[in-house]
Amino acid sequence: MTLEAYADTIVPGQKRFADDRAIAGVSTGGGAVQAGALELLQWDATGIHEGLDDLVRLVNEHALAYAAERRLTPDPTVPPFVALDYPDRAALIQRLTTPGHPEKEFWVLLSLFCNMAFDSAAHLNTAQAMEDGHPGLEAMGLSMPDADGLWRFQDYSYRREFARLHPDTTSTGSPA
Amino acid sequence: MSTTAERTDVLVIGSGFGGAIAAYHLAAGGADVTVLERGPWLESKEFEHDYKLGSSYTRAFDFTVGDGMSILGGNCVGGGSVVYFAAMPRAPRFVFDRQGSIGRRMWPQAVSRDTLDPWYDRVEESLSVTRQDWNDVSYAGGLWAAACNHAGRTANPLAVAIDNTKCVNCNWMMAGCRFEAKQSLLVNYLPAAIAHGARIRPLHEVQHLSRTPEGSYRVHYNVVHDDDYRLQAGSGVIEAKIVVMAAGAGATPVILQRSEAHLGTMPRAVGRYFSGNGERLNTAIIDEAKAAELFGLDRGDGLAYAANQIGKGPTVASWDRLDGSLPEFSRYSLEQLYFPPGLGTILAQVPGATGPSWFGKEKKEILKQWTSWLTIFTMIEDDNEGVFGPPPATGNAHRISQQMLGRGNLRYEPTKNTLGAWAASDAEVKEILEKDGLAKVMPWTNDLVGAYTVHPLSSCRMGDDPHTSALDDSNELRDHPGIFVTDGSSVPGALTVNPAMTIAALAERAMPGIVRAAQSRGISVTYGAPAPDGSTSGRSRVLPLLPSARG
Repeated sequence: MTLEAYADTIVPGQKRFADDRAIAGVSTGGGAVQAGALELLQWDATGIHEGLDDLVRLVNEHALAYAAERRLTPDPTVPPFVALDYPDRAALIQRLTTPGHPEKEFWVLLSLFCNMAFDSAAHLNTAQAMEDGHPGLEAMGLSMPDADGLWRFQDYSYRREFARLHPDTTSTGSPA
Repeated sequence: MSTTAERTDVLVIGSGFGGAIAAYHLAAGGADVTVLERGPWLESKEFEHDYKLGSSYTRAFDFTVGDGMSILGGNCVGGGSVVYFAAMPRAPRFVFDRQGSIGRRMWPQAVSRDTLDPWYDRVEESLSVTRQDWNDVSYAGGLWAAACNHAGRTANPLAVAIDNTKCVNCNWMMAGCRFEAKQSLLVNYLPAAIAHGARIRPLHEVQHLSRTPEGSYRVHYNVVHDDDYRLQAGSGVIEAKIVVMAAGAGATPVILQRSEAHLGTMPRAVGRYFSGNGERLNTAIIDEAKAAELFGLDRGDGLAYAANQIGKGPTVASWDRLDGSLPEFSRYSLEQLYFPPGLGTILAQVPGATGPSWFGKEKKEILKQWTSWLTIFTMIEDDNEGVFGPPPATGNAHRISQQMLGRGNLRYEPTKNTLGAWAASDAEVKEILEKDGLAKVMPWTNDLVGAYTVHPLSSCRMGDDPHTSALDDSNELRDHPGIFVTDGSSVPGALTVNPAMTIAALAERAMPGIVRAAQSRGISVTYGAPAPDGSTSGRSRVLPLLPSARG
């Protein structure tokens, strides 16, 4: 649940069910969680799969400290990071990923893979993910590939002369 | 170990521009050539349109995170040429007079635009570099050109090594070109080298060099697992009379650092003066209605632009600031670029964000406008600030993911010169693209993985001053005769344009000297091979400059 909340802070989505606590619900459509962030993070190909338990523990410790600092009273029925409202989750991640934070590299790595689940579905074959309506690729507006799973664009250019060339251009198209 | 080591005349480390060009000329001249390449050997049919970890997209390159600088480099047979975007401009004339922070010319006196031009000619011939026209320019390039013109600037379709008759504008160049339109080294120098007997061994990652009592070199390598590069599948040693290092600017100095215990003291400049080619990216979110209104843009289907996914990397650049009369650190080019999802999208920032700028609710909203993104790549003059720390246990990085992602020991702390040049170029991109409300622009953040380069340079650079250059003007490693470096690490500094053309031209330029060195070590080899396809026009212009190489 903590990892889901973290992923949802990176790319937020809408709640999956009414009392969904992990997802803050600040955005419409699927976010990193719906895009498969947990599946990607837990895949050994990423290299961070073995450290996830430690990251969960650490981010909850940071959440407790953050809550204490802000005089918040976290709901004890969910992990401390999950108990934070979205703006506080985001503020904590900003703090953890700021240059100079001793754990910055871990949190950047975790954030990177959460984002990749959404923006490139790095755990899925892309053509299949498109066909299955992957929420990230769909939201970004990627077009469908051809039947063989490859992309081709017959129309790709305005075919217009838009600007003067730089006067110091060689005959082969380089700076003089 | 010496009794069991294999032998070859010339051992080439890496198969990118520096390695492939050396392998071809030496093999064509009659030398016994072996190439060790740390990445896999992928054929065209294996180049996939797939972002999944383990596809050719992640097998073919490495993304190495350092302290203040991350490097994206090739990791396959063909090296950077397989993942590059085939932009092949020559470096502007003023680049060769740069001083950087050392206060005197950083390039060797023997190298200038005039002396390099014949070698540029040769590369243009070998890689079929052509000047694009406006019909070849992608929608993104067209939009960038229109914006430049609107803001009173010029704009140039780029010289590229692409066969447009085969290009389908899929924009998957970073996963390798499935259609063999991109003129990577897999379709010219490497097959020609193989035809002349060169042997290429993929998944062989060189760890260090040592010396034999006779003055030859032993090259120690690990075999890397085919799918999971974190695993090793053996090791070995090859003995060679000449070593050509072309592992890339993120790896060549690391191999040499690790070799110091065996070869003796390395030149001071090994692993110093790294340059990221002054690179930086800005993401513009285009207002589609404004694009239609201001420039009359129309894709024929009611869309003005929304074409971020379509095309072939950079197609148009603005060179108005490539003016040699301007002071150093104020000259740069601004180039339209396609950058695929998965690697840099996270670094794009939300213009005018009220909350976090690189993640979160507002970031998701601009991700929904991804097709209307226009990415501008700036290449300024940086200050060669990068320094490599102690080498990792193996390779050039501690590998994190099965492919693609690793942690290296490069430290890069930008100076005021670099920061000022980035700020000036950012401001100009903003001025051009935000004029009359065309777009909202923000540069990528450096806060997450530092600055980001796809063109690492200068970590083992050539020059005349032994204190600030690791190589002499023949690309030979100082105090270590018989070791030559021909990759991007030999380029003395940032070029203000894409560097593949200059790396290749410098490698071509180094070849007569490397052949002479090989001859002096008893290798039966001559210089004088034509371009890989047999063309000789470049050769006819080159050879008169090199009377000593004609015999």
